[in-house]
Amino acid sequence: MRRYAGALVAAVALLAATAVLDPFRDYQLATAAAYLSATAGLTVLTGLSGQLSLGHGALMAIAAYTVALTQNAFGAHGVGTQWTLLASLAAGTAAASVAGAVVGVAAARLRGPYLAGLTLVVAVAVPSVGTLAGGLLHGDQGLSVYLPPAPGWLGADAPYERWQAIVALAAALLVMLLLGNLAASGFGRSMRAVRDDEVAAALAGIPVARVRVLAFVVSAACAGLGGGVFAILAQSVSPGAFSLTLSLNLLLAIVVGGLGSLAGAVWGSLLLVLLPWLTDSLARTVSLPPGAATRLAGNLPLAVFGLLLVIVMSAAPGGVQGLLNRAGRWVRGRRPGRHARRVETSTPDAEPDAPLASRT
Amino acid sequence: MTDVLEVTGLTVGYDGVSVLHEVDLRVRAGTICAVLGANGAGKSTLLRTLSGMLRPSTGRIVFEGTDLRGVPVEHLVRRGLAHVPEGRGIIAELTVAENLRLGGLFRGDRRELRATMAGVYELFEPLRERRGHLGHQLSGGERQMLALGRALMARPRLLLLDEPSLGLAPRMAARTLALLRRLRDESGLSVLLVEQNVRSALSVADDGVVMALGRVVAAAPARALAGDDQLRHAYLGF
Amino acid sequence: MDRFLFLTVDGLSRGAVYAAFALALVLIWRGTRIVNFAQGVLAVATAYLAYSVAGATGSYWAGFAAALAAGLVLGALVERLVMRRVAQAPPLNAVIVALGLVLLAQGVLGMLYGTQYLPFPAPFSRTAMTVAGVPLLSRYDLFVFGTVLLLMVGLALLFTRTATGLRMRAAAFAPDVSRLLGVSVGRTLTLGWALAALVGALAGMLVIPTGLGLHPTAMDLVFVSAFTAAVVGGLDSPAGAVVGGLAVGLVLSYVGGYLGSASTPLAVLALLVVVLLARPTGLFSGTGARRV
Repeated sequence: MRRYAGALVAAVALLAATAVLDPFRDYQLATAAAYLSATAGLTVLTGLSGQLSLGHGALMAIAAYTVALTQNAFGAHGVGTQWTLLASLAAGTAAASVAGAVVGVAAARLRGPYLAGLTLVVAVAVPSVGTLAGGLLHGDQGLSVYLPPAPGWLGADAPYERWQAIVALAAALLVMLLLGNLAASGFGRSMRAVRDDEVAAALAGIPVARVRVLAFVVSAACAGLGGGVFAILAQSVSPGAFSLTLSLNLLLAIVVGGLGSLAGAVWGSLLLVLLPWLTDSLARTVSLPPGAATRLAGNLPLAVFGLLLVIVMSAAPGGVQGLLNRAGRWVRGRRPGRHARRVETSTPDAEPDAPLASRT
Repeated sequence: MTDVLEVTGLTVGYDGVSVLHEVDLRVRAGTICAVLGANGAGKSTLLRTLSGMLRPSTGRIVFEGTDLRGVPVEHLVRRGLAHVPEGRGIIAELTVAENLRLGGLFRGDRRELRATMAGVYELFEPLRERRGHLGHQLSGGERQMLALGRALMARPRLLLLDEPSLGLAPRMAARTLALLRRLRDESGLSVLLVEQNVRSALSVADDGVVMALGRVVAAAPARALAGDDQLRHAYLGF
Repeated sequence: MDRFLFLTVDGLSRGAVYAAFALALVLIWRGTRIVNFAQGVLAVATAYLAYSVAGATGSYWAGFAAALAAGLVLGALVERLVMRRVAQAPPLNAVIVALGLVLLAQGVLGMLYGTQYLPFPAPFSRTAMTVAGVPLLSRYDLFVFGTVLLLMVGLALLFTRTATGLRMRAAAFAPDVSRLLGVSVGRTLTLGWALAALVGALAGMLVIPTGLGLHPTAMDLVFVSAFTAAVVGGLDSPAGAVVGGLAVGLVLSYVGGYLGSASTPLAVLALLVVVLLARPTGLFSGTGARRV
């Protein structure tokens, strides 16, 4: 119950925020929210279910293209209400879920590097479909996405970014609520049991393969929702936007935030939005010849992300949330009995010895 | 007679659990010292600490007059200390010849290596016959020979042997121990031997150390230990 | 039929490169139980270095040599500075760290060189020479075959005949025992990574001239194909890596030749899925242990 109350409060607060922020900030907020849908799903998959996926960018791509196609179909038939967005997002999520099921089944018996490798190949191969199906999907150029105008109750002069932010935040909130419930439920326990000791879980009667595939499907659905929202934000889709780099960025987000932690997914998503913006502003302050400036702007975030990933994984594998947890425990330790233990939606053990290794 | 090995106050533990407590031990040069005791007494832990596989929390290990603190594992064999671990450590994926060669590789002089290898083949005829076979194709007795032969490739002055007769037929075990005695007599090799088979160990050893629950409870010449009925009943089970 | 022969030779030529790259992956896997996901990007980095050196000196071979040397150095550095720190952690950490290196390297290379495809010509002619009226293989193909063959012979000799090779094998099979025998396991590990990076650099130099050009992501597809090859052959088997590499090269060549080059990534995916479902431990592995 507390979770729903919290969600309601958050919803109201965020709605107010979208009104207060300027369009650019609204767009950043929206982007972060879109990322959050995907990263939340991925962190549950990798942290709680112990399956590393390097292919979630591809799942986002599938959903995004589906949304693009359905929206364009709506547009072609002159349907211009906001409810089309709901239908398109649902279609995109469904498409991503199906893809997730396929990959999940293929990956059900895979562990360790085999799983990582398979999903890596998915990440590299799927965007090439866009290049292949030149007729329908317009190859490398991609598609533009028809979007209905913002609803009337926002106000006539409300910027479109505000509407986009509301859509994105609604999706993210839904995902967080769903995953929070899932993590705390019996299924969440099953996931963790399978992650920690498959053989023991199997002996205890848990259907290991089914749990793993289901976890994959759920996280794929979340990624799909995020991808669909991206299509709405960018108002276009192209293979280049969903390359391997995107999948690696998602991984970075959940690692830095803290594997298995939904709060960590929030930190990670914010990082994905804020860091490029920071490096961009930084690059602009330093006066560089225009060629160098564009090179820097495009690639500095990448380099910083990579460095961050290496450093965090070597020095603080629990990520930001892990550090916060440790700090929190330390603080709580100094004041015995003062605070009742909060029921966390994430496992407290996104720590260095989190048993994420699956034995091959 | 000088001590080839002197251990004082050795304490080893994992996660707050002490496995070895204040162990004192001496091995006189050119002698065989047997470490005896029930399972779990800490005998293997002792050997693994001596060869650097485990770090002691306190205590000193002095080998031929040099303190071994801070010396990495891989340097010990260079200094003349060889350890045949529990389970023998035969590298199953390498051939007999490769296993042997590995034992003497750190020395670098190929002629010397070949001479030493010839000597080992002379000691262990079956190894010469099976020198092209992979480690996992050998029988228990042959593996024992290989482990010992490989350790001897390093021309050690102190040999740490962990349960050499484990899994061997009695005749094979006796031959191994007799070989140790021969090596001690002929080349002055010192041996620190962990053995479950107390009777044979005491028959070949010069000195004995009895351990229980991580502590040394008795240290005396082997004959004295063999003759001490009380001690034998209390700690050695016969 | 002509086309088939041509595609076969072309497939074997690419397959040779995949085989070499897969060998590098197997090398590291056997020594550390880590799949080096950064293998491709390290190769790209050395290729960029070759590009700069060749541009500065005017000599392709100077660049080639520089790439190989850089491979050795980079591999050793990565092991000592980065991979060593996650050696004791769960294997997942090493995978993620390697992926971090991929992002880092691609970012740095993008900053230094930009993201357009840079021209990277081959040192020999790539037009097929006609044998009995059939255009079969080019001088460049011969160069590739010869180089990879030389590499494999060299590696085989190193591992089976030399003291260093013996140490590396021992350290990979039984690190604790090897230490007792005086083998500096840490040093052999560094050497292993250096060698693997050298092989990767060589593979990169051989394959990039056959593609669209030099780009930070130029080796992504090669990595993916070589990984598939290693899985097909069995991650533990060097011989399997070679066979797997040639097999993948052939499959991709036929698919690309008859269905168009844009379908090759999907073909790799399909191949990998099939192998993982049918025989996950690879064609050349022994039976796996029963889990319970």
